[in-house]
Amino acid sequence: MAVGIGTDRATGAASAPGSLPAAGGRSRAWRLPRSPKIIVGLVMLAVFVIIAIIGPLIAPYNPNVSFANSSVPLPPSGAHWLGTTALQQDVLSQLLSGGRSTLLVALIAGVIATALSVIIGVTAGYLGGLADDVLSMLANIFLVMPALPLLMILFGFLGHSSADNDLVVALVISITGWAWGARVLRAQTLSLRNRDYVDSARLIGESNWRIIGTEIVPNLVPVIASSFLFTVLYGVGTYTAIAFLGYVNPDHWSWGSMLFYSQEVNAETSGYWWWFVPPGLAVAFLGTSLALLNFGIDEFVNPRLRAAGLSGHPSRRTRGRTRQSFGQTAVIRADRGRP
Amino acid sequence: MSQHIVTGPERSRGDALLEIHGLCVDYGQGSDAVHAVTDVDLVLHRGEVLGLAGESGSGKSTLAMAATRLLREPGVITAGEVRLHYDTGSVADLLEAGTGALRVLRWSEVSLVIQSAMNALNPVMSIRTQLTDALAAHVPDMSRRSRRDRAVELLGMVGISADRLGSHPHELSGGMRQRVMIAMALALRPQIVIMDEPTTALDVVTQREILEELIDLRDRFGFAILFITHDLSLLIEIADSIAVMYAGRLVERASAQALFRAPRHPYTLGLLHSFPALHGPRVPMTGIPGSPPDLRMLPSGCVFHPRCRFALARCADDAPPLAATGTGGRVVACWLQHPPESAPTELARPEPGLEAWAPPATADGQAATQGGSAA
Amino acid sequence: MRTIARRLAFYAATAIVAISVDFLIPRIIPGNPVNAILARMQGATLSKATIAGLDEQYGVNTKTSLWTQYIHFWGNVLHGNLGTSTSNGFVAVSTVIREALPWTLGLVGVATVISFVLGTLIGVLVAWRRGTWLDNLLPATTFFQAAPYFFIAFLAIDLFSTKLGWLPSGQGHQDLDFPALNWTYISDVLDHAVLPALTIVVASAAGWIISMRNVMVTTMDEDYVLVAAAKGLHRRRVIWYAARNAVLPSISGFSLAIGFIVSGALLTEIVFSYPGLGLLLVNAVSDNDYALLQGLFLIITLAVLAANLIADFVYVFLDPRIRQEA
Repeated sequence: MAVGIGTDRATGAASAPGSLPAAGGRSRAWRLPRSPKIIVGLVMLAVFVIIAIIGPLIAPYNPNVSFANSSVPLPPSGAHWLGTTALQQDVLSQLLSGGRSTLLVALIAGVIATALSVIIGVTAGYLGGLADDVLSMLANIFLVMPALPLLMILFGFLGHSSADNDLVVALVISITGWAWGARVLRAQTLSLRNRDYVDSARLIGESNWRIIGTEIVPNLVPVIASSFLFTVLYGVGTYTAIAFLGYVNPDHWSWGSMLFYSQEVNAETSGYWWWFVPPGLAVAFLGTSLALLNFGIDEFVNPRLRAAGLSGHPSRRTRGRTRQSFGQTAVIRADRGRP
Repeated sequence: MSQHIVTGPERSRGDALLEIHGLCVDYGQGSDAVHAVTDVDLVLHRGEVLGLAGESGSGKSTLAMAATRLLREPGVITAGEVRLHYDTGSVADLLEAGTGALRVLRWSEVSLVIQSAMNALNPVMSIRTQLTDALAAHVPDMSRRSRRDRAVELLGMVGISADRLGSHPHELSGGMRQRVMIAMALALRPQIVIMDEPTTALDVVTQREILEELIDLRDRFGFAILFITHDLSLLIEIADSIAVMYAGRLVERASAQALFRAPRHPYTLGLLHSFPALHGPRVPMTGIPGSPPDLRMLPSGCVFHPRCRFALARCADDAPPLAATGTGGRVVACWLQHPPESAPTELARPEPGLEAWAPPATADGQAATQGGSAA
Repeated sequence: MRTIARRLAFYAATAIVAISVDFLIPRIIPGNPVNAILARMQGATLSKATIAGLDEQYGVNTKTSLWTQYIHFWGNVLHGNLGTSTSNGFVAVSTVIREALPWTLGLVGVATVISFVLGTLIGVLVAWRRGTWLDNLLPATTFFQAAPYFFIAFLAIDLFSTKLGWLPSGQGHQDLDFPALNWTYISDVLDHAVLPALTIVVASAAGWIISMRNVMVTTMDEDYVLVAAAKGLHRRRVIWYAARNAVLPSISGFSLAIGFIVSGALLTEIVFSYPGLGLLLVNAVSDNDYALLQGLFLIITLAVLAANLIADFVYVFLDPRIRQEA
């Protein structure tokens, strides 16, 4: 739940009408991977995807097996690189096994929520009128309603057995996660709907669905991508929170459930940092990688947001560059061959 | 007075107010820097309306912004000096001035009116706040009451009633906003007002009203104006002298009448033929073939030669210097004028009989404008 | 007043939806909540009347129509009757919530305001000093934005409580004989609030920093900021010209953020065993205390709507364009 505080999404580039790249922006799209934010984000994400796929296979031990009867977790050692839990299970093995369910649930939730937000957002933005009013209202209500209490009341009534099902968990997460994307997509659709090429398609009698499919949605791709990443990010945070509260299947490991078990024996007040720091960092870095990708897309859509440091234009990194303050143009006497 | 300043009429040298000398401005640093302004010399005299003309991208706004150190990143000044002469006779080089010194002389000596006052006025602050905060910053011992009185007085000068003080920019029309901006620029009685396309966003009628008010105010208070516009015909009406820029370089400077009646640079001639003159002889509108050059890939020699129908062989290799020609302090950078006898007839019309612009007889601006100021 | 009236109508609609969701969830989700409660009670003898009350509350074994139940539910809500909390000795839900609410309001309210102010100021600074080392704050901010609140809570406890022993790691106050308005009690409460508040601030400020920085960078390109510099105003005043405009989207984005912050703050309370709504929520789920769960959902949603309304008033106050229309 900690991830994706919505403000930057709501106020940043992606939601500003008319900030979309031009319809013919293909050449710019190819330049996208050059941004350091996107490269760092992609590399980090790739590492997590690899862990999700082969993590359980390369785990040195079975994460469920206890090695001793002691109830005192052991700090990192040669045998257990990240130490052990209170049940003398190997933390590293749990960490490697825990990525799969986190990523999978977040991915499924992201797909469902994005599909919902495209359907609702584009329909509302394209149709306008009453349909727009009703759907926008619905999206806004879901945005304002705090998600965690809603999730908890759902899981409270569903009972633990239903929450064991990853698909149900993903579905419940996507119910609380579609609204932001729908709102942004509606705004963008609204601005696209009034463009000349959409008007002319309407004039020559193209059907609404054809216009949406051929003129609107292809131009929304950056926004849909950004909204998808955001919901996956939201899914990671929410799934971890639910697992941390102990509402998911105890049969498979996730980073959230590692935190759940460590909290059960008060690892944080007992100094067993090796138990809760690895899963927490894993979630934070997975979230960071998704957020970096998201910022990369935002900066691609609105280049003015670029920071000089991480994703600066090459000229900004020129050697000996002098920084200047606003309202006082720098004077750098350079010998530049006078004509 | 520095002896190396070549521009400006001989007789008014003692009244120079702002001397720009050898100013170079780049966008970016290092190998991929774009040279936006190259080696510009320009003098603004006391009480003068100096027009700065050129197509978009010619560097006219960059020049003005850089001279006042207001140019944004990645703009960088790479050479030159900008000397401001105070009433007291002391001189400051703006390019050497620190933050504090710049802050003090801004608005009190040099103020600014820019295009589209909707964006130049802060949308969330009242007109009163925006009129008085410069007073508060520069005259700390001025009371709240007298700041308000001054704001009312300023609004009155541009024909806006005092009850607009509490308004916000969105409640005013475009013309009113630009008037507020002009009133604001005069708040501290500056010697220089830089106007960057001040009327471009307005309709023609409002534009004319505001220009007339502006010249009235200039006559009353005697401030000098650096008026930047792409509209040469407008400048011919209101400016005393006109400087024409092309690709970051000054190509010609003369009194407005001399420039209008007898242009010496082919680019000036082309610009004159791009706008219908409001007064004067009818000339066929022909425009200038081609488009302004890419500043990253400037042509060799004279930067204008690829578009110049009079281009000589040497124009492609040698860049012509900006040199005095004729009378009245006119300068031009064109090989056709060296010697003047070689110029084609269009560029060799006789100089108008009028004198070049002369400074007003008294400091308070009693003397009406001479020369080209037809407004 | 148009803007405010429109927002009020929206909040009213949201409240109606929230109350309806509250009503519908026990009725559409498969399973019998009353049986679950009875199973939980494990043979504790409940009177027939109590069981009938539970049946009515959850719409089980009843012959009245859904609509009648709905109307009845509304009547109860409007009278402040949220049912009885089965895990708290059949005390009224409203009583249980009333005891916990001040803790959450105090902690989350203060932490959110601190976070907003601090994050906005840092965002302004980072935008103003764009191109300096401060840009390196952005990746770090992204990390804190992505880290779960409860993980930051773990780190805070491990560092400041377990290792350094500076601050208590849980509860809202010491078990004093009586809570009184004296300095011992107040300083004790503050002592216990520092770490949870710090957690919420660190976790939520990141969003404000990034949001403010992005808008500020765009705003600094506006002509009126250039004019402010040209006027020779003091640097702070020039920054104010830009920041005063750039803060508006942050405030209008508040409604999106507050839901996330409240969710994160509730989890933080759980880690710290803070005696607020978060702890009640997690206990209500584990004890199958459905009435309490429903009441909590309702109260939290209404509190979030109230926070939104405050943000709307602030916005209208700060933006003359809306103020005129309002």
